[in-house]
Amino acid sequence: MMLSAPGPSRNLPQYGALLVVLLANWLLFPDFFAIRLQDGRLFGSLIDVLNRGAPVALLAIGMTMVIATRGVDLSVGAVMAISGAVAATMTGAGWGLPAVLAASLAAGLLCGLWNGLLVAVLRIQPIIATLILMVAGRGIAQLITEGQIVTFTSPALAFIGGGSFLTVPMPVVLTILVLAVTALLVRATALGLMIEAVGINRLSSAGAGVNTPVVLVAVYVWCGLCAAVAGLIVTADIRGADANNAGLWLELDAILAVVVGGTSLLGGRFGLVLSVVGALIIQAMNTGILLSGFKPEFNLIVKAGVLMVVLLLQSPTLTLFLPRPKGARPMGAVKPPVAPPPVAPKSGGAKP
Amino acid sequence: MSRKWVISAATAAAALFIGLGAVQAADKKLVVGFSQIGSESGWRAAETKTAKAEAEKRGIDLKISDAQQKQENQIKAVRSFVAQGVDAIFIAPVVATGWDSVLKEAKEAKIPVVLLDRQIETKDPSLYMTAVTSDTVHEGRVAGEWLAKQTGGKCAVVELQGTVGSSPAINRKKGFDEIVAKNPGMKIVRTQSGDFTRAKGKEVMESFIKAENGGKGICAVYAHNDDMAVGAIQAIKEAGLKPGKDILVVSIDGVPDIFKAMAEGEANATVELTPNMAGPAYDALIAFKKDGKAPPKWIQTESALFTPETAKAEYERRKDAY
Repeated sequence: MMLSAPGPSRNLPQYGALLVVLLANWLLFPDFFAIRLQDGRLFGSLIDVLNRGAPVALLAIGMTMVIATRGVDLSVGAVMAISGAVAATMTGAGWGLPAVLAASLAAGLLCGLWNGLLVAVLRIQPIIATLILMVAGRGIAQLITEGQIVTFTSPALAFIGGGSFLTVPMPVVLTILVLAVTALLVRATALGLMIEAVGINRLSSAGAGVNTPVVLVAVYVWCGLCAAVAGLIVTADIRGADANNAGLWLELDAILAVVVGGTSLLGGRFGLVLSVVGALIIQAMNTGILLSGFKPEFNLIVKAGVLMVVLLLQSPTLTLFLPRPKGARPMGAVKPPVAPPPVAPKSGGAKP
Repeated sequence: MSRKWVISAATAAAALFIGLGAVQAADKKLVVGFSQIGSESGWRAAETKTAKAEAEKRGIDLKISDAQQKQENQIKAVRSFVAQGVDAIFIAPVVATGWDSVLKEAKEAKIPVVLLDRQIETKDPSLYMTAVTSDTVHEGRVAGEWLAKQTGGKCAVVELQGTVGSSPAINRKKGFDEIVAKNPGMKIVRTQSGDFTRAKGKEVMESFIKAENGGKGICAVYAHNDDMAVGAIQAIKEAGLKPGKDILVVSIDGVPDIFKAMAEGEANATVELTPNMAGPAYDALIAFKKDGKAPPKWIQTESALFTPETAKAEYERRKDAY
């Protein structure tokens, strides 16, 4: 299977929109594509787009899987705050980097597990189940930081936000890594197919032998882990945990990225790479607005205008009027649910 | 029969408690009820801490109610203070409107109300005794004047605004703009919102540096709060420039971290928004209780400017208050 759905025409709105936004940035600011090395690290506006887009891209990767199961995770912003708070507080208390990373990721995992159990076992609607942690999570983060911005000076943790690997900023490296691991997990095993099956029809996929609770818990846990990595990045970036503001409203940006990427909120087929492209479109707009010198009062209006165009290009009604190459499926089409054998997820190698 | 007995016993007990309360109240110790917004920022926590310390200094009994950012909780707190018959009520109002009816209740009970840190909108200013706030326009002016003096009135400034539409952002911009208008050599070359946060302050500054020829066109950054300035300092460093030297950094609030940055030579000036709002309020209240003289309707706190020379000592003095 491929990383995203076959056929270039399906992906055209996303890649096209990204290109158009980047070109618009270039027109507004001629040095947009200029890149140089600064202290052994790539430096330039295009790098800013990738670097600043990394947290939302990470959230979008986790969110894509959740949305593919016909769910949604509103708590990712709060989970970012929690993982950042854990990292900064533990670093301040003198713990080493391995312990700090393990604890932060474990916090994200626990949050995901909580969401997953509410959705899969107690069968609470995802939007409500994750709303609980969205509200409570920020409070938990504030409890950890005692309502202050907890700063740290450890260069090891700061490296995650400000360091680089082969001149590429660490947030970008981490995002690529998480994307690769996620793609491998869902596309090299039957897990991706099971996620889509659960999203299309939970009851029938259960009847066909899919262990739906395990699949659901797994995607929420993965989403929590992605959010924890994003939280580590923003905390490392500013060398401090700001429980009030870290990840604030980013859950909405992540959902937007997934939708811009063409994954339907009704579940089923999903595209991981396209969600990351969606996140980059949003960030390219943000960076473009900052470079353009528009008054800040216009930020949100410009953003909304561009997003509307991208979403209109994907509208099933409007795409009927656009010329479509032969063989390409319309956007809303889904594959008939295939019943995979009830293998344990992540067992590897088991292809349907 | 027995039920009647229980009721009368309870009434007697209650009367006894009320009596005890009255005895305590007669003990000359002022009781102040303080409805605080919550603890959403380090500054807010410092305000609460200072209010407690200043009350202790003056022998005032302070009762604090945390509203968790909700006006309904503040209204409830004020009603309960009225019912307890406190000597004065302090409110740090979370929003500007919707206070009239509850303040009327306090007025009818003859309990003076003092607003801390923020003003309210009301047609009847007799509903509160005084308001202790800083002048946020003046803060912007102080920052601008320092920069004009430091650069001889010649400076290309980039501005990191607070949240769009918030009153400190509007006023801190207004005050600074006044000074810029007076100095023809001063110009704001870029201005954008950094939402009062470190992360956004850093992101916006990164873009400013790129947009202004790698930061060579920027003489100073003016941030509407210290947190954005701290973010901007990191962005300047990552661009290979020296904050505090290549690009001057001036901001407002006076939180400990900016003093730390100043001590390290990475920031140049901050205008303090003092967390001691309660102190002047206590003094006004004590004077009012003594000779019945009402204080002016607005008590303006000082907007003091701090520079690196005193930064180390100021940091030590503040780091525990926040």
